[in-house]
Amino acid sequence: MIRLKGIWKRFGELEVLRGLDLEVQRGETLVLLGRSGCGKSVTLRIILGLLRPDAGRVYIDGTDVTDFDERRWVEVRKRMGMVFQASALFDSLTVRDNVAYYLEEHTDLPEERIDEIVAERLEFVGLAGTEDMMPAQLSGGMRKRVALARAMAANPEILLYDEPTTGLDPITARTINQLIRKTQEAYHVTSIVVTHELDSAFAVADRVAVMNGGEIIFVGTVDEVKACEDPFVKDFLMGPTWQEGRALTR
Amino acid sequence: MIDQFLRFLVHLYRIHGLLVRAVASIFRRPLYLETILEQMDAVGVRSLTIVGLTSFFTGMVLALQSGHEMAVYGAKMYVGTLVSLSLVRELGPVLTALVVAGRVGAGIAAELGSMAVTEQIDAMRALATDPVKKLVSTRLVATTLMLPILTIMADLFGILGGWFIAISNLGIPGSFYRRTALYYLTFDDLFIGLVKPVVFGAVIALVACYIGLNTTGGTQGVGRSTTQSVVTSSILIFLLDFVITKLVLTVM
Repeated sequence: MIRLKGIWKRFGELEVLRGLDLEVQRGETLVLLGRSGCGKSVTLRIILGLLRPDAGRVYIDGTDVTDFDERRWVEVRKRMGMVFQASALFDSLTVRDNVAYYLEEHTDLPEERIDEIVAERLEFVGLAGTEDMMPAQLSGGMRKRVALARAMAANPEILLYDEPTTGLDPITARTINQLIRKTQEAYHVTSIVVTHELDSAFAVADRVAVMNGGEIIFVGTVDEVKACEDPFVKDFLMGPTWQEGRALTR
Repeated sequence: MIDQFLRFLVHLYRIHGLLVRAVASIFRRPLYLETILEQMDAVGVRSLTIVGLTSFFTGMVLALQSGHEMAVYGAKMYVGTLVSLSLVRELGPVLTALVVAGRVGAGIAAELGSMAVTEQIDAMRALATDPVKKLVSTRLVATTLMLPILTIMADLFGILGGWFIAISNLGIPGSFYRRTALYYLTFDDLFIGLVKPVVFGAVIALVACYIGLNTTGGTQGVGRSTTQSVVTSSILIFLLDFVITKLVLTVM
């Protein structure tokens, strides 16, 4: 469904992606796991066309979209939804108008029908009846859920999540994880979840791709990742071993 | 210094690119007429008071200053001509543009800047909306249309301010002031006085949008963008004022 081939991206002196290859199957939830700042979010932005790679190709459904201009990307993006790290709700619009944004912009649906869809999506994320609230009145977890409802409004085939549970308390984080699973099961979307949190990764993933040094160093199912012998992957999963811990205290 | 100049050229090139994209997408659907009208209200109608006051007082000061000076040469009766000519050709367009750059340009830069640092611009793109069309084109159209109208209002208020001083302070009959104020105005004066605000309007909107969209660095960045937008467009207004005046005077 989505294929990245040999993606390079640098910001000034900093080489963030160094020949990254990645393939995402239709209908699966792939988790991009890696340390903060390793280029996970950049990868997501490249898939959505918000950033352009310096080298390499991006294929969506077999079409090479790498050199698309903004106008053609707009058409590609109509099939995608993204949940941003800080939710990125339009803070001058109500929850209803946030969720309705795509439908108001790109469809000729009557207002009543849009209201129905908005109510349905809000109920799906467990926020029924919050239509008239402003984003500033919502908690972090609620914003994430509104952001998901907004991304879902257009029935996208692909959903991208940028650190969906970062900065949330464990219970809220668990609800968001369940919501990601629920979304995938109910709407059969292809999802890519970027995270550095293991709990979240193992809770939602069909497959996990581990990133380090601007490359994917391992791809496999949750069990395969857990059994992986690669020193970095092991290290990332375990945290420092007890010997190192002792060495540090000594 | 050379480095700075080169960077300035790069920015200029990118602003030009933004202008091309914004103009190209004006007539592409959706047209966002509602947003354009809202912006016209914000740019035009809500700037009317401050623009009116600014130019009314400018007209008064012009009449006062020149009235006393011209009396020495026995030309006091022609204060109206001086006031109207300087307002229509120079002060009306420039003062209005500066006021709008401070009021509207700063607002645009702050709004788009906040949206940029909170990922709302990216969110907009993710929802398949072109921010250049939705945010830049609409503001460009609104400001370019409204600034000439505001300038005409400014000219009128300024001449009115001069009239007030002429009859109350300088002892010039009102009807004479009116005749001298309008008689010497030529088509060229009106032309130059209306070309300027069109250009200034486009510059204010473009600079503010460009700086706003490229804001980084959180709330501090938003503050920086706001200041930068006002400073940059003010300088460009003075610079272009000179260039346009020179060009038009050479051609005509």
